[in-house]
Amino acid sequence: MDLSYSPDEQAFQAEVRQFLADELPAEIAEKVRLDTDLTKDDMDRWHTILNNRGWLAQNWPKAFDGAEWSAVQRHIYDTEAADANAPRIVPFGLSMLGPVLQKFGSKEQQDHWLPRILDGRDWWCQGYSEPGAGSDLASLKTKAVRDGDHYIVNGQKTWTTLGQFANMIFCLVRTDPDAKQQEGISFLLIDMDTPGVEVRPIILLDGTHEVNEVWFTDVKVPVENLVGEENKGWTYAKYLLTHERTGLGGVGFSQAALKTVKRIAKAANHNGKPLIESPHFAARVAQVEIDLRAMATTNLRIISQAAAGEAPGLEASMLKVKGSIIRQEINDLARRAVGPYAMPFASEAVEGANDRIPDPLDAGPVAGQYFNNRKLSIFGGSNEIQRGIIAKVTMSGGA
Amino acid sequence: MDFNLTEERQMLQDTLRRYLREQYGTERRNKILESETGFSPEIWTELAELGVLGALFTEDQGGFGGAGFDITVVFEELGRAGVVEPVLDSALLGGRLLAAAGKSDLVEQVIGGALHLAVAHGEPDSRYDLDHVNTTASDNTLTGRKAVVMNAEAADHLIVSAKDGDTITLYLVDKGATGLDIQGYPLLAGGRAAEVTLDNTPGDPLGLTLADFEAANRLALIAQCAEALGAMETATALTKDYLMTRKQFGRPIGTFQALAHRMSDLLIELEQARSAVINAAGYATDQDADLHLSASKNLIGRIGRLVAEEAIQMHGGIAMTREYELAHIAKRIVMADHRFGDTDYHLERFIALSAA
Repeated sequence: MDLSYSPDEQAFQAEVRQFLADELPAEIAEKVRLDTDLTKDDMDRWHTILNNRGWLAQNWPKAFDGAEWSAVQRHIYDTEAADANAPRIVPFGLSMLGPVLQKFGSKEQQDHWLPRILDGRDWWCQGYSEPGAGSDLASLKTKAVRDGDHYIVNGQKTWTTLGQFANMIFCLVRTDPDAKQQEGISFLLIDMDTPGVEVRPIILLDGTHEVNEVWFTDVKVPVENLVGEENKGWTYAKYLLTHERTGLGGVGFSQAALKTVKRIAKAANHNGKPLIESPHFAARVAQVEIDLRAMATTNLRIISQAAAGEAPGLEASMLKVKGSIIRQEINDLARRAVGPYAMPFASEAVEGANDRIPDPLDAGPVAGQYFNNRKLSIFGGSNEIQRGIIAKVTMSGGA
Repeated sequence: MDFNLTEERQMLQDTLRRYLREQYGTERRNKILESETGFSPEIWTELAELGVLGALFTEDQGGFGGAGFDITVVFEELGRAGVVEPVLDSALLGGRLLAAAGKSDLVEQVIGGALHLAVAHGEPDSRYDLDHVNTTASDNTLTGRKAVVMNAEAADHLIVSAKDGDTITLYLVDKGATGLDIQGYPLLAGGRAAEVTLDNTPGDPLGLTLADFEAANRLALIAQCAEALGAMETATALTKDYLMTRKQFGRPIGTFQALAHRMSDLLIELEQARSAVINAAGYATDQDADLHLSASKNLIGRIGRLVAEEAIQMHGGIAMTREYELAHIAKRIVMADHRFGDTDYHLERFIALSAA
């Protein structure tokens, strides 16, 4: 048992820290710190900087021009990046589709699509959820009917994150309406410029536009855009969901957010003293920090298992549940800390709104963030679904 | 002991509930939210015509109510519909201060819906402390900055607190007064507020002290608790309906025990919240009023958070969208904790007052 990083890992940490200090544009970091919506250009710019260093595709094998980092290296990067207010790497192409194509895609698909993810020519989004198929993803209805060299796709996807920036979408579609739920699903790559694809914005409760509805009306998709075998899409989706669930503990984000809470609470006045000296507030902060410290180690234990080649299953579910609870608690503390200044609303999504709140604590839209991050326990398989998985695996011996 | 509403209050509740159900649906309200003024002058006029504003004042003051339970009846309904019109700040808090100052002509205009007020008391570093005022008064001119002043842009007059020597007193400032600067912005849960700066701005002394302000503030706190209760009722009702209609895995999600039990917990806590509001209104003029009010505001803050978060979680993604009724209601509930002292503030005050 040794909780410290090895000399190599320490050297890597220093390298990452230096890289972030040298290369992360200050104006982008400031936007992340204040939770201002990043533009597509901001995100592309950061991806390019990472790609130039060879650090964009962190989990891809070297054979596909990835960094092939160990789980510990990825953890070190995540922690340092969150601490430096670096934007998160948009995961749809890099963490989700990439691994699926590498495992199940044809040589042609790999050669064509993977380089385009790296250099930013394609921006991918995820077409999984539907209005009637959320937690129960396998009940999806969007259908694809084979017609010569094409599939004709009809249906609707929803909660499509950053779909407004995407030119490509990977979709789960029903290709066999008569098969059992999971068995008639295929994995299709769809060009969003194809006639019949329509993206409609969904504005979230904090005024942000990060998700969309995507509608398909008689959309023609070439058969070469089918990944793997027809009707085997559920297998690929499950593989992808495992990738999506790793890292969802959000330890780095929580640590960065907790730092912000402490900064605000030191500056905020409460009965003539800094708020952080209020026993009740201090107790709340301490409590969540204690939880977070334990979870950071839980996270590292799971990462070590992954490094030893074990696929994250149950543990990913556990991390997702606990990680979201802790992050949401920290968001709650941040909104409490700013007091009455939690009420002003700053959003670029609303015309005429200030993009900066006139807040002497310079806290950013912490109340908006509190509401926005309610999503953490909903998306990617809600916490109820995760708890169901944990119960099923531990009490009946199989998922 | 009688927990029934009087006939008058029952009528007021029925009238207001029916009016808001018919006139204040999600679609119209969402339009109001996005409007430049942040509230609807038509709705304001109609609320005045219905007697809703008059119910907030005693007969002596020109109204026909004004007690704790008149206030809770009104605000519970406003909360249920997620009303963003500034009834609490403009009519209740502002109006009752003017009533205390004997400005009956102005109060009459408030009750009639013709006059808007804003109360500028909190300052950038005062948080929830009522006695923390750095704005100064000298020869009836005021200098300082006031934070998150509700309804400041629409107000015909601002009621401003300032320190003349060591004494905090209140002044009436005209919206066109020299040296008055109002920087407005929208609020997360609807309506508008502003940062207000005064630079040698003339004010008319109202003859009111901090104690008078605290008295009016108690009524505002009661109103805020009742409004949050009404919003919680809507949040739980929407959630209950959703659990019974939304199907996943082939059955309504409310039939999953994990969700059914959580829904039951919400209903239990909702009754606690209702009792807390009754306590607040019933003990409003008690000798121990502040102890009771702190207990109620703390409980409403805690349960409010639970209800808002659980309602969103049990809905799932749909509750995250701005168009859906619950999104607005949840924001009203949580933002109620940022006014008149939050959960922690009132816990500390309760401890201090209990020890006294």
